[in-house]
Amino acid sequence: MKKVNFTAMALIGFVMLFASCVDQSKKSSSSGALASSAAEKTYVPPGELDEYYAFISGGFSGQLSVYGLPSGRLFKVIPVFSQDPEKAWGYNEETKPMLNTSHGFIPWDDSHHPDISQTNGELDGRYVFINGNNTPRIAKIDLTVFETTEIIELPNSAGNHSSSFVTENTEYIVAGTRFSVPIPQRDMPIKDYKGNFKGALSFISVDPEDGEMSLKFQLMMPGFDYDLSHPGRGKSHGWFFFTTYNTEEANTLLEVNASQNDKDFIAAVNWKKIEEYVNNGGGKMMPANYAHNVYDDQTHSATSTMIKEVLMVDPLEVPGAVFFLPTPKSPHGCDVDPTGEYIVGNGKLSADLTVHSFTKMLAAIEAKKFDGDAYGIPILKFEDVLAGVVKQSGLGPLHTEFDGEGNAYTSFFISSELVKWKLGTWEVIDRQPTYYSVGHLMIPGGNSRKPFGKYAIALNKITKDRYLPTGPEVTQSAQLFDISGDKMELLLDFPTIGEPHYAAGIPAELIMKNSKKIFKLSENKHPFATISDADARVERNGKEVHVYMTMIRSHFNPDNIEGIKVGDKVYFHVTNHEQDYDVPHGFAIIGAENSEILIMPGQTETLVWEPKAVGIWPFYCPDFCSALHQEMQGYVRVSAANADVPLSFSLGD
Amino acid sequence: MKKASIMMIIGPMFLLGLFAFPLWSIMLGAPQYPDPLGMNIHIDGIRGVQEFDIQNIDGLNHYIGMKTIPKPADMWEFSTFPYVIGGMVLLGIIIGVLGFLGKVNYKWFLGWFILMSILGLLGMYDFNAWMMEYGTDLDPHAIMKITNPDGSPMTYKPPLFGHEKMLNFDVTSLPNTGAWLMFVGMMLTLAAFFLGWRNGKLVSLKK
Repeated sequence: MKKVNFTAMALIGFVMLFASCVDQSKKSSSSGALASSAAEKTYVPPGELDEYYAFISGGFSGQLSVYGLPSGRLFKVIPVFSQDPEKAWGYNEETKPMLNTSHGFIPWDDSHHPDISQTNGELDGRYVFINGNNTPRIAKIDLTVFETTEIIELPNSAGNHSSSFVTENTEYIVAGTRFSVPIPQRDMPIKDYKGNFKGALSFISVDPEDGEMSLKFQLMMPGFDYDLSHPGRGKSHGWFFFTTYNTEEANTLLEVNASQNDKDFIAAVNWKKIEEYVNNGGGKMMPANYAHNVYDDQTHSATSTMIKEVLMVDPLEVPGAVFFLPTPKSPHGCDVDPTGEYIVGNGKLSADLTVHSFTKMLAAIEAKKFDGDAYGIPILKFEDVLAGVVKQSGLGPLHTEFDGEGNAYTSFFISSELVKWKLGTWEVIDRQPTYYSVGHLMIPGGNSRKPFGKYAIALNKITKDRYLPTGPEVTQSAQLFDISGDKMELLLDFPTIGEPHYAAGIPAELIMKNSKKIFKLSENKHPFATISDADARVERNGKEVHVYMTMIRSHFNPDNIEGIKVGDKVYFHVTNHEQDYDVPHGFAIIGAENSEILIMPGQTETLVWEPKAVGIWPFYCPDFCSALHQEMQGYVRVSAANADVPLSFSLGD
Repeated sequence: MKKASIMMIIGPMFLLGLFAFPLWSIMLGAPQYPDPLGMNIHIDGIRGVQEFDIQNIDGLNHYIGMKTIPKPADMWEFSTFPYVIGGMVLLGIIIGVLGFLGKVNYKWFLGWFILMSILGLLGMYDFNAWMMEYGTDLDPHAIMKITNPDGSPMTYKPPLFGHEKMLNFDVTSLPNTGAWLMFVGMMLTLAAFFLGWRNGKLVSLKK
């Protein structure tokens, strides 16, 4: 068999000859022992990818922006609560139902706090949730498509601010109300607020299989303002913590009247206990009216369903489920460390940070050491639950994040800085200024059991002189800090869209591998899809005309349409026949009162057009799609209402 | 002779890999296609490397007036090749078995190898002829008609082997797993021949 061995050797040599033709893999440059500059740390060379995704709330734009870290490059603005003519969000027939509410079609909102779904307390990268603050809603963004696929409205809520935070296994998205209101809503004098208004905390369950959201129950709390919240994790999994302010229950001039009490509360809610109560038939069904909107990636269409009742839970009927933890001076952020032991109350009018201990809280509850009650809800003694105080840490603490190494990072709005301090010893380790007036801060995974403590971003309210001026309205911004060393190091400023409230960051590899490239045409279940070119057609149904159109590089089928009349309502149902990555086509027609439509490969979208005047009106593809993009155009002949031009359509005749 | 015969039985079996793996691959990369489009040429048809590659290659080719990539039914080769390969495997195994039983000598092994080599060369010739036809028989109404510097119309025959730049595309044509398995199998039959030949010499020396 020696000859065989020789042959095998020769073969291997032959194969290696070919293998050597494979291009040399790029050699990564190493900076060696040289300290790298801030520029090097944020420089992502052309063609290379960022290490993290950052989902940054669009604030009063109502949207969610997607950035890369450490470069600070903007990749996408995902339309969520506001109409977006670029992507036809809320303009095409398919997505209009997504913005339906009990108040009708609402084209705008104020988006605040994105949070990424978790499994076992760690980011899993399936969904991002974000709250609409103004007309209370929670949206779910599917991270395989980076599109909003579900929006649920919240009844009995007003100023949906202490939202949308995810429990450790994405069992619930929790949403609290900033404004307390009469429940149910009714006509009554505003001055009768005290004792009559209520605050509803909503627990929205998430189906573990398909992710569908459903409002499982609401907790009817006293009429305070529920500002922010976070879930317990690890040992405190099963609890949820909400900061409150205006425990004074003032209804006017709150800046003074809601700042009188020396301490407000953090409400600790044992949701597992309430869940058990509800699962055993507890709670009262109460009439309600709220929208549940779902977008389907197979029909490429949304449906809106109005739901007429909600399960309301009175906390007094579930003993041992809700307690108040006194916390100084109108606490804003309510943050839980990765172990679940510490609950940080960021008293925004205080110079100190208050940290509560979960273990001590349980012990105090066990020992029934209460200091009275508020509307029947037991109040624990401040000293009994206090873990420690970070003294003279700064002015106006708002939010705290964690690096998983035992350090916490708090944003201070008034003194405009980030402060790093140590959990347990409560000593301040470092402070760095921000430019200016930082609100939230974010460490990727900072709101989970497993933070990725390499970067923190400060999300600033004011930029003044940090960028070229753009008239009275200037950009807001994020600032990237390297937090891997003892000292935080400012690396980069980058502008944001709208106002960045909270953000959520995640290692890119957890998401990018799942990102869809196309929709399969063969899976398109849109009721007006044109799957085969042979089915492209135009149909009249009274004054309604339906155009079943296809598009592929670089033509529409049909591209000549005659027999449309003034007064018709024309539905262009356009299907993109491409099955190639990054080849969307658009459709735009002169005089459309809505927007363009931008159709991904394999997708169908519908634009309504109501021609007002006789003439030959062009349409075209607004997304530069190929070398023959400028040729991707067509005409519609619009005749007088009483004309007898027959309906016809063609391509290439 | 027994060892040689066993190698002669095993060698042709490697050709069965052609029923599972592509014989050849043509990859088309371009600035717009950092993940190249690709065609895998199997003995029974041409398939995309990724699900929609063939459709996308056809979509691009229509600009320069190339015909669409043939379906299995469009070319006699795709219905014939599986029988040829199957027949050769069977023939090789029969020769090996007969060798094992001492009914035929090692020269038959070489005979099979030569026949297979001829068939392989004919296949390559046919493949090249198809690519020539495919790359040069262009629609006179093509959207883009590009000429060479000398004024002659540009043609788009992919290379039979290796790399060629065509407009914005880098076209690379290389044997794939099926061909490598065939190569290994054929080498085994050649080795079987040598082993048989050497054993024969040793036996005659002993005599």
